[in-house]
Amino acid sequence: MHVDPIHQFQIKSLIPLAEMGAHHLNFTNSALVMFIIVGAVSTLLLSATRPRAVVPGRFQSVAEISYEFVANTVRSSGGTEGMKFFPFVFTLFMFVLFANLIGLIPYSFTVTSQLIVTATLALLVFFIVVVYGFWRNGLHFLNLFVPKGVPKAILPAIVIIEVLSFLSRPVSHSVRLFANMLAGHITLQVFAGFIIMLASAGILGWFGAVLPFIMVVMLTALELLVAFLQAYVFAILTCIYLNDAIHPGH
Amino acid sequence: MRRFLDSAKPSQYGPRGFQVRVLPRSQAAGVDNMSDARENGDRSKQQSQEAALSARLQRLNEGLGQLRDQAGPPSDSSGADRAATASGYARGFRLSSELVAGVVVGAGLGWLIDRGLGSSPWGLIVFLLLGFAAGVLNVMRTAGVVAGTAFDDRARGNRDN
Repeated sequence: MHVDPIHQFQIKSLIPLAEMGAHHLNFTNSALVMFIIVGAVSTLLLSATRPRAVVPGRFQSVAEISYEFVANTVRSSGGTEGMKFFPFVFTLFMFVLFANLIGLIPYSFTVTSQLIVTATLALLVFFIVVVYGFWRNGLHFLNLFVPKGVPKAILPAIVIIEVLSFLSRPVSHSVRLFANMLAGHITLQVFAGFIIMLASAGILGWFGAVLPFIMVVMLTALELLVAFLQAYVFAILTCIYLNDAIHPGH
Repeated sequence: MRRFLDSAKPSQYGPRGFQVRVLPRSQAAGVDNMSDARENGDRSKQQSQEAALSARLQRLNEGLGQLRDQAGPPSDSSGADRAATASGYARGFRLSSELVAGVVVGAGLGWLIDRGLGSSPWGLIVFLLLGFAAGVLNVMRTAGVVAGTAFDDRARGNRDN
């Protein structure tokens, strides 16, 4: 019995929308899951905050905790001025978190395991940092690339390295989330495949299959943690990068 | 305000007998000279609820702080359990992706410069090396080894404030 661990990442066209020359525009399973994510986040938060009780109920607590959590993250790295980016960071955090969590449901699709999705999010952050940095600080934004206290002789090399380091941010920002989700889901699938392979080998295989099954249960718990952790890391890196746009050159 | 507090089910916070102290609305509205006493009662109840709420919020904050220390980007290596399992895995992943990103961006930029200026292979060689340096810089910043512009240091300093 053969199990293909990559098969789960396949993009399937659900509804063909239009054709533009050689390009086909399709409503894919990835787009469908993204709509589901946005719908789930909106429904949860809107219905949870509707009672507006002083003493929150269960769902309102969830909404309030996620608000406080992201707000603290934004404040601790960007200060009070960073709070103008709170809606952006909160949206990113909830989207990535729900994408990761919904991806853990069997037979669903993990949007964040597609590099193009995470790269789009990371580039969005990157361009917001660049545009807002120049808009707010003018050319002082370039101070970001000129560290203080560096001898004049090696300054040009340092500036180039700093620029490269700045340009590498969206790469590491997107690849980290993408690779974590990809690796995690492939590992899960491979171990789940072991169960099927062993179980089809006869009665002895049934006992052997217990081991990968235990592994899959543990890995699922780990993936749950990773789903949350990576959403948090994505959000905090966004905050740190945005902070550079607000206060360049310390 | 009163409606809010009533709707919040005070029965959670005391024995059943406590509920009797809430005056029926018709009676409270009819007796004007008792409004002072009622307001005092309301206020103390409100205060106690606020105290409970703030205590709860503080507890939540503490819990979140712990969670953040575990989950956050590692800013120091003091916690022995931090290196354990998922957290160490996440840290290793983060550092390696920083290094790779620097090298990839340097190589890509060098290749583009070569294509534009026809200076092959010098742009690729020089920018690959510079990209490697940028990657190492990224890693050192992420690990909090480099002071000054290290962005993790900045985040940590603000958190301590």
